[in-house]
Amino acid sequence: MNPAFFVFAYLAVVLYIGIFAFRRPHPSGAEDYFLASRQLGPAVFLLSLFGTNMSAFTILGSSGHAFHNGVVTFGLMASSSALVIPVSLFLVGPRLWALGKKYGFMTPVQMFRDRWECGHIGTVIFTVQAALLVPYIIIGVMGGGTALQAISGGLVPYWLGGAIVAITVMSYVFFGGMRGTAWVNTFQTVLFLCFGAAALLLIGAGLGGFERAVEQLRNSPALAGLLTRERVPPLFFLSYTFIPLSSIAFPHIAIFCLTARHMSQFKRTVIFYPLCILAIWLPCVFLGVMANSVPDVPQIQDKIEARQTLAAEGPRLAPEERGALRARMAADDITLLLLGRYAPLWLAGLLGAGIMAAVMASDSQILALSTMFTEDVFAFYGGKLRFGETVQVNTGRLFVVLVTVFAYVVALQYPASIFDLAVQYAFSGYAAMSPLLFAALFWKRSTKWGALAVTVWVVVAVAGVAVFQSVVPPPIGPPAVIWQVGSWDLVSRTANGTAVLGLMPVAPMTLISVLLMGMISLVTRPPAMETVERYVR
Amino acid sequence: MKTAALFVLVFVYWLLHQDFWFWAAADPLLFGFLPPGLWYHGLYTIGIAGLMAILIRYAWPHRLERESDSE
Repeated sequence: MNPAFFVFAYLAVVLYIGIFAFRRPHPSGAEDYFLASRQLGPAVFLLSLFGTNMSAFTILGSSGHAFHNGVVTFGLMASSSALVIPVSLFLVGPRLWALGKKYGFMTPVQMFRDRWECGHIGTVIFTVQAALLVPYIIIGVMGGGTALQAISGGLVPYWLGGAIVAITVMSYVFFGGMRGTAWVNTFQTVLFLCFGAAALLLIGAGLGGFERAVEQLRNSPALAGLLTRERVPPLFFLSYTFIPLSSIAFPHIAIFCLTARHMSQFKRTVIFYPLCILAIWLPCVFLGVMANSVPDVPQIQDKIEARQTLAAEGPRLAPEERGALRARMAADDITLLLLGRYAPLWLAGLLGAGIMAAVMASDSQILALSTMFTEDVFAFYGGKLRFGETVQVNTGRLFVVLVTVFAYVVALQYPASIFDLAVQYAFSGYAAMSPLLFAALFWKRSTKWGALAVTVWVVVAVAGVAVFQSVVPPPIGPPAVIWQVGSWDLVSRTANGTAVLGLMPVAPMTLISVLLMGMISLVTRPPAMETVERYVR
Repeated sequence: MKTAALFVLVFVYWLLHQDFWFWAAADPLLFGFLPPGLWYHGLYTIGIAGLMAILIRYAWPHRLERESDSE
């Protein structure tokens, strides 16, 4: 029996939950479809919010990153998110929820329009938010295709795997709206938490105990560094803590904040959120590092060999040869390879389903994009008044279909590496847009022109980094300094990206956003006092 | 004063994330297999739950909650 059958059974359960399990006999309009009538209970709110933040990048990417970079991955991505996401959720979430309930907001742009008394600037913010969200959706479809292909041992080709995942997600988002999506995310999070622990124990036993595997790494000069953090510079590590600021600025997270039944639900959510991160990330990162000690999986040995060849001979190789080595090193399938080696068939299938759960996190983004389009564009420009709420909901459903089909077609045409990069830019872009939310909710003097300056700056900065990285090839070994002022290395090209004064671009991008919001707001006219006082008192 | 103290607390906790003192250390191993880069940050992550409990205790927007309850 092929483990993919377990995945198909899982997808059938997901479809049932998303479409039928929690359907209401008399759904009541846009607020019910897009926000589950603002009535999600505490457990669903926490688990679904957490599931929404987990993606293919989180689960497959974290193990792959740890495989090549070592234990630093946990501090870099997990514990930094465990601090920044709950703190930003604590500051923004309850306020957003209360304003949404009081004034009927369904998207952040609706709030920005009201807060800063603007119309078209809101449309500009919507456009940038949507553009940054699309690569994320495409990568979800790609992850689905890749994972299903790997789990089935090639029985399900990439194009079919992507189509199955896209149709499943589209169906429950189309019929179930926010309620269906939230329950599916809850189910997926529980599944992953349960089977992730089982995977850790099984693989540990298969390796002959983790002590033995760690000892093996310590005794190898080439691999011992994976148990420390010497492969990542401290300044890069520090600046990575800016990335999780993107979470609260992601429209699907901000919109999800509006779905809670009661404001107090945020209390439990922000306390348990870091613990959920620990439960999922620690096994993923640890297993990614331990995979380096597995001697009898040829694909894993091939990745290690490619890494060592690139490190030893990289500068002497032609760019195409280096590209080929990097392709061989791609390690997002490392967890799946470990499962294939150590887990019995039925458990590998169930764990594969758990991984599919994380891969399918694009559901929330698709729904958010649909909510934003129908509220920020369709309703704002008169569609709701002219055609009514039923047409608005159906437009949202049509938008779900169009976005999914678009994502699937693009996923078949272009290599994943392009969108992997785009998602990285999207994280930086959203992090640099987070000052919009903080300024709207906490700073009386903020203005629409400050908001516009931040939005334009984000577009310029993201495009600038993308162009820079496409023009300047990555160096082999230490960063190549491109712009030096005195003894300061202002801009450098690194093997995996760009460094500004040794920091990731997201740090200066976010700080400049804060400065722009401050300076431009101070020299422009603020909204009327009665508007401001509804937000900041 | 209370807001400033909480701000400092969060900032100090963020500073503790930058544990350069363990940067190149593979020892001591916790349970015989967890290097500092994992156990320190694992404990750090558990500590965040405590930090959030403190923030909720001292900085929860009660007025906003009362207003939304009364509507």
